[in-house]
Amino acid sequence: MTGTTDVRPEAAPAVAGRGRLPYVPVLVLLALLVVAAATAGIAFGSVPLPPGQVWGILLHRLVPSLVDPTWPPVRETIVMDVRLPRVLLGGVVGAGLSVCGMALQALVRNPLADPMLLGVSSGATVGAVLVMVLGLSAFGAFSLPVAAFAGALVALLLVYFLARTGGRMTTVRLVLSGVATGEVLSAIASYLIVTSGDPRKTESALRWMLGGLAGTTWDLVWIPAGAVLLGTASLLAVSRPLNLLLAGEEAAASLGLNVHRFRAALFVLVALVIGAIVAVSGSIGFVGLMMPHVVRLLVGADHRRALPAVALLGAAFLIAADLAARSVIAPEEIPIGILTALVGGPCFLWLMRRRAAR
Amino acid sequence: MTTAGAPARLRAEKVSVVAGGRALVHDVTFHVEPGEVLALVGPNGAGKSTLLRTVYRALRPTSGRVLLDDEDVWRMPGRHVARRLAAVLQETPGEFDLTVYDVTAMGRTPYKRAFQGDDAEDRRIIMDALASLDVADLAEAPFDRLSGGEKQRVLIARALAQRTGTMVLDEPTNHLDLRHQLDALRQVRRLGVTAIIALHDLNLAAAFSDRICVLDAGRVVATGPPATVLTPALLEEVYRVAADVTSDPRTGIPQISVMPFGRSALPDADEGTPR
Repeated sequence: MTGTTDVRPEAAPAVAGRGRLPYVPVLVLLALLVVAAATAGIAFGSVPLPPGQVWGILLHRLVPSLVDPTWPPVRETIVMDVRLPRVLLGGVVGAGLSVCGMALQALVRNPLADPMLLGVSSGATVGAVLVMVLGLSAFGAFSLPVAAFAGALVALLLVYFLARTGGRMTTVRLVLSGVATGEVLSAIASYLIVTSGDPRKTESALRWMLGGLAGTTWDLVWIPAGAVLLGTASLLAVSRPLNLLLAGEEAAASLGLNVHRFRAALFVLVALVIGAIVAVSGSIGFVGLMMPHVVRLLVGADHRRALPAVALLGAAFLIAADLAARSVIAPEEIPIGILTALVGGPCFLWLMRRRAAR
Repeated sequence: MTTAGAPARLRAEKVSVVAGGRALVHDVTFHVEPGEVLALVGPNGAGKSTLLRTVYRALRPTSGRVLLDDEDVWRMPGRHVARRLAAVLQETPGEFDLTVYDVTAMGRTPYKRAFQGDDAEDRRIIMDALASLDVADLAEAPFDRLSGGEKQRVLIARALAQRTGTMVLDEPTNHLDLRHQLDALRQVRRLGVTAIIALHDLNLAAAFSDRICVLDAGRVVATGPPATVLTPALLEEVYRVAADVTSDPRTGIPQISVMPFGRSALPDADEGTPR
């Protein structure tokens, strides 16, 4: 052999400490952000309420003896029946999109993946547009979300079977199937809208496609809330395998993961959650793409740390975005999808360029 | 560092891999005894990586069995295999902001249940693994920004963190400079684990393995101690190169010197004295 004596390791370059923030304070801060956004979201509206009163009403509802009602009953109705469900749904949608975006980015091992990439949202759009254009109402007030979710399921099945052959699901095939299925379904939705010949229907379909939380009632909150909670809990349970996906297919297999089965299960889980979200909120872009990036910058890519953080950040962001959507040109509402893209796009590009410059 | 799990006996029995109607690996049988190091050599496309993939459970063989202490790795739960057999591969984590520590910590996954965090013991194992590969001071650095050699060492550290008695290494010395090539292979030897290592460099293979298995076009063409396997005739036949094999007088390790321009370009070729 070469007879090297034990040479001292070459002077290590000063460790590029990434200045990552301590985890628990970040999490607490994000939770406070959610509370602040929710308070503002409930307080603001055509009848502005002082934040103290918002909390008074909420606490009074939880523990009646704690706070004496000093407000007119109509305000309680506004908070409990109009604004709270909308803010909650905003939080649920934001958290769900962000968590799914992060899982999906690990699934396809590409940080540029967005939940809308799966084709599921286009499927939901076709379902929703069908209801609006044909005026179906088999499920009463639920007709639209039910049809949208059914559309999402159809898209899910299509993409799943297109992407999976011989028990294998490769990321390239998944992305291609998702994009192609999405394009076809979007084309169908556009065709339905254009040929409906009714400007009112066209407008409501267009509004739905751009996303929004207007007219949220309690009935609409429970199902997506359950889906997002369950989905997030499941993803947290598999946060280590998710990390392995980042290491690559072969490495993940060598570390004991059945990569193809895990990927397929993960796809179904994410698609179901996205379907439940899109069914009530329309397709809101950029949240699922952007929030994971911000969180990875804050706490790193380890999913055990990043998933809880991204859920909180996504919730806070979407509640704030919804607040902006209904207040910027009040009493009119801007579709929230326009806002998230307007704010999110530039932020995203800025982040990307800043990272490249590092 | 503390010892790894018990070295196992690793065997392949008539393993074949057929893809697209072509046999990439054909009827390969080999065995590695506990604590033994087997070098897998052969030209590009000989099927080394494909064969190794059937061992670390990335590719199910079309036929044949891979046995870890007489248990078929393809009939065991993946996690259980990963506690006994680790792999060092060419594949690296991509464009996510993983730190060196994060990447190494993945080695603890096979031991963990859902929601189970890393405890002090895990952290010690991870830092020990990094330290033994000389990269402990990079623990908080982003994996992306390491040099090729540093990345390779971190991936070896990840395999060490798995605490297995058996290791599969696919070209572990790629991207490494001379010192780190030796360090990496010495580290594997020092662990006393059963190891199968695919190597391009025949001199490294001769120096660090107990036996060499030569693969050509998906078949085993020779197996045995380096000194008996590495002959000019075999190198000529498998690699189509002219080479001399001498024995290092101090260590007794076979040394291969390839003639870059062939035998006929040597000065003594004129005298017609083949060596």
